[in-house]
Amino acid sequence: MKSVRNLSRLALALGLAISTAHAFDGDAAAGAESAGLCVACHQADGSGMNIPGGESWPRLAGINPEYLYKQLQDIKAGTRQSPTMVPFVSMLSDQQMKDLAAYYGAQPATEAKGGEEATEEQLAHGRKLAEEGDWDRYIVPCASCHGPGNKGVGGSFPGIAGQHAGYIADQLHNWQKATRDNDPQHLMAAIAERLSDDDIQAVSAWLARQPAQ
Amino acid sequence: MNKQSRFLLQGLAAAVVAATFSAQAQTVKEPRFPVNNPQPVEGQYVHVPPTMQDLEEADLHPELKRVIRRGHDLFMNTQQLRGKNVFNSMNCSSCHMGEGRLPFAGPVWPAAVVLPNYRPKNDQVNNLEERIAGCFSYSMNGKPPAWGSDDMVALTTYHQWLAKGVPIYQSGKSMYGRGYPNLPDPELKPDYARGEQVYRENCQLCHQADGGGVVQDGEVVFPAVWGDKSYNWGAGISRHYTLASFVKHNMPLGRPNSLTDQQAWDVAYYINNHERPQDPRYTGDVKETRAKYLDTFHVHTSYGLEHDGKLLGEHDNVGEKDFLKPDALIRRTYTAD
Repeated sequence: MKSVRNLSRLALALGLAISTAHAFDGDAAAGAESAGLCVACHQADGSGMNIPGGESWPRLAGINPEYLYKQLQDIKAGTRQSPTMVPFVSMLSDQQMKDLAAYYGAQPATEAKGGEEATEEQLAHGRKLAEEGDWDRYIVPCASCHGPGNKGVGGSFPGIAGQHAGYIADQLHNWQKATRDNDPQHLMAAIAERLSDDDIQAVSAWLARQPAQ
Repeated sequence: MNKQSRFLLQGLAAAVVAATFSAQAQTVKEPRFPVNNPQPVEGQYVHVPPTMQDLEEADLHPELKRVIRRGHDLFMNTQQLRGKNVFNSMNCSSCHMGEGRLPFAGPVWPAAVVLPNYRPKNDQVNNLEERIAGCFSYSMNGKPPAWGSDDMVALTTYHQWLAKGVPIYQSGKSMYGRGYPNLPDPELKPDYARGEQVYRENCQLCHQADGGGVVQDGEVVFPAVWGDKSYNWGAGISRHYTLASFVKHNMPLGRPNSLTDQQAWDVAYYINNHERPQDPRYTGDVKETRAKYLDTFHVHTSYGLEHDGKLLGEHDNVGEKDFLKPDALIRRTYTAD
């Protein structure tokens, strides 16, 4: 009985893996060819860059390719406003977007920056928001959607652990301003608008210091 | 660039700035995604349960604090009892959201102050341990930790801590946000096809098309809402009105009260017209079991009714466990009287 159950679990897991692979048909090798467009900011290894006081460039390495592909589409469609990215996405075909997503998604995650100068108090507050939330303000824990260790769940809930603090903070502010409005069912926007600037700083710093994988 | 277009651009920039400012003002004054839970009305008892931070600062024996912390840990991560007491992908906090403190999400402090009390479901007086045993037996498709065991005491102690300061045996009916308050009767009879559409648009992203939820790295991220890893046919939330209220007041996560009442009724009907592990009170005949517990329970479920040419619950599938009914569920008789 138990072995049958384990087998069926394995089959399920395999089925899931296969269906995900089939659903996403980006070609990483072809993506490497197009990546010349991206490396000036996102770097050849996909590490991006945390830029204090400026617009940080997200780490793409190791991020779910379906998610990356959707972001490129959404930037093109305008539901995620990014003046910096618009000239680049306008140069990309749909297949190139998929290939780039496959290329960067397959790279090993690099280390994030931006949490170095956070105080113990900020980190404790950030951890609480990420892992436990603050239900009295209806802020659900990040991990309830972004998964164990906030390492991401499928193509809709990206890994946010080990992402640059500056980038996470920028995005949360963008949701608050609705210049980023591309989250499924506005699940993220609803939480983002309940966060204070202090919350955003704390949770971004804490997440940046967590392992991405 | 000619003068006119520069002027236009400046005007546009000013409009954008104005729009941005008003959007910011809006986030302070009027949220785009309000929580919208009902406010307390006059005469209602409002209790804000203490937090785990309050516990650290409370004047309690360190050993008591340790036990309350253990209870909280079990409550939030009940999956640590998987295969021992829990045989599906539920945590206590899956239904009792926000650490069991949240109004309209089955806050658990009322149980600590209205029990022991008579309960129609099992037609006898239940204390807090027995009430929790009900959750383990039905909602978690499992068996309760032993009466008086470390885990059971930790759970009841956590409940009691959350009820700190609440008078005992006051009327449960006047408590703000208790349980999952009944929604008004639906305008239209709840409908499977409409419910399926609500599910696809609002629930499937997390709970998946097959209702099985998502487990990642051995941790349940999104619990199963039907099938072997979900609550069984005897769970309170298999009643349409209970699930409808849970959904309305708590789902999608972070966006409570965003569905209409009708949508909540429809999606509850859809979810609870799917197969799940057998009711532990099963007599061996689904129609007989439905009839036996009809008035106190199954009048509100689809158990034993036909769906898609089959009787729901007509099977011997008990899910992951290898028993039907936990031995701990006992009938009390007081024959000594």
